[in-house]
Amino acid sequence: MNLFSLFKSRGTAPVARERLQILLAHERVTLGPANLIAMLRDEILATIARHVEIAPEAVKIKMGNEGSISTLEIDVEIPTEKIGAKRKEAMRVTAAA
Amino acid sequence: MSKVVVVTSGKGGVGKTTSTASIGAALAKSGKRVCVVDFDVGLRNLDLVMGAERRVVYDLINVAQGDAKLPQALIRDKRIDTLSLLAASQTRDKDALTEEGVKRVVEELRGMFDFILCDSPAGIERGALLAMRFADEAVVVTNPEVSSVRDSDRIIGLLDSKTLRAEHGQRMEKQLLLTRFDAARASRGEMLTVADVLDILSIPLLGIIPESEDILRASNLGAPITMNGSTSQASRSYEDAARRLTGESVPMLIPGEKKSLFNRILGRRAA
Repeated sequence: MNLFSLFKSRGTAPVARERLQILLAHERVTLGPANLIAMLRDEILATIARHVEIAPEAVKIKMGNEGSISTLEIDVEIPTEKIGAKRKEAMRVTAAA
Repeated sequence: MSKVVVVTSGKGGVGKTTSTASIGAALAKSGKRVCVVDFDVGLRNLDLVMGAERRVVYDLINVAQGDAKLPQALIRDKRIDTLSLLAASQTRDKDALTEEGVKRVVEELRGMFDFILCDSPAGIERGALLAMRFADEAVVVTNPEVSSVRDSDRIIGLLDSKTLRAEHGQRMEKQLLLTRFDAARASRGEMLTVADVLDILSIPLLGIIPESEDILRASNLGAPITMNGSTSQASRSYEDAARRLTGESVPMLIPGEKKSLFNRILGRRAA
């Protein structure tokens, strides 16, 4: 122990806090809502399929974390020729939770 | 109306069993009919902490498999007559516990008690999942230490996905019990603060239990700290946590929020 160590900040708790925040932000995405995404995808697909013919790969779901906000992005491609017009149109729904 | 509460943590050694026994005893002292259930098959300890280790004849597995009736297996506490214990099996394999069996036992307990506290084993395996499966709410026991906080985060994820309530789309209420907290170390920046842990786990706080020598003394004697007449801060904190669990609103004292040297000298008398 030298004289300087008396003046140095000894707090290790802020390091612990930061390490945990980084780690958990990652783990919550990889371990947490995997099932949720599959479930949402299936249910959204089923709902749309009741009204329009749609390919299973036309529904894309993405979850993200930005700070204290989690976002859920749902991309649904509906081929418009099925409901009349020729042109393909992408419908984008973004919900913030 | 009875309430099934799982006491869980993921990590071992953070104080699940001590907390189950202490909160159970505090609730029972206030007149609630309480049963504490040990789900740690193969490594049971709740009986020892409760001082009932020589009275176990039948256990949770015997009842779950229909080899014994529930009243035969319940051990009524000799000091508080509204408190009962259902021990775990020490000899059986942990796979002997089935979901169907646990469901039947929990349903029957609901008809007999106001509070059923399920002491979960550590880990995220079968035993821990069965302990939380039929719970109405959860107490997540956490130490202000990185590995404990990480494991609690994992357990919170499981409570939100693997319980019956979660599967039925109902909200699973979870509350944090921060144990082995050392206010002095936290204020020196050597330990995660209460605010740090709450911020990371973002679930409401049920209580803060300070690190205390009296906890070990209580388990040495087989008398939970809330039942042995202790007037320590740890005992009072467990009693407050128990009252909050019944829905009562009890002001939360966060121990040792930053005190300056000046205040420390002046504040001695008040401490």
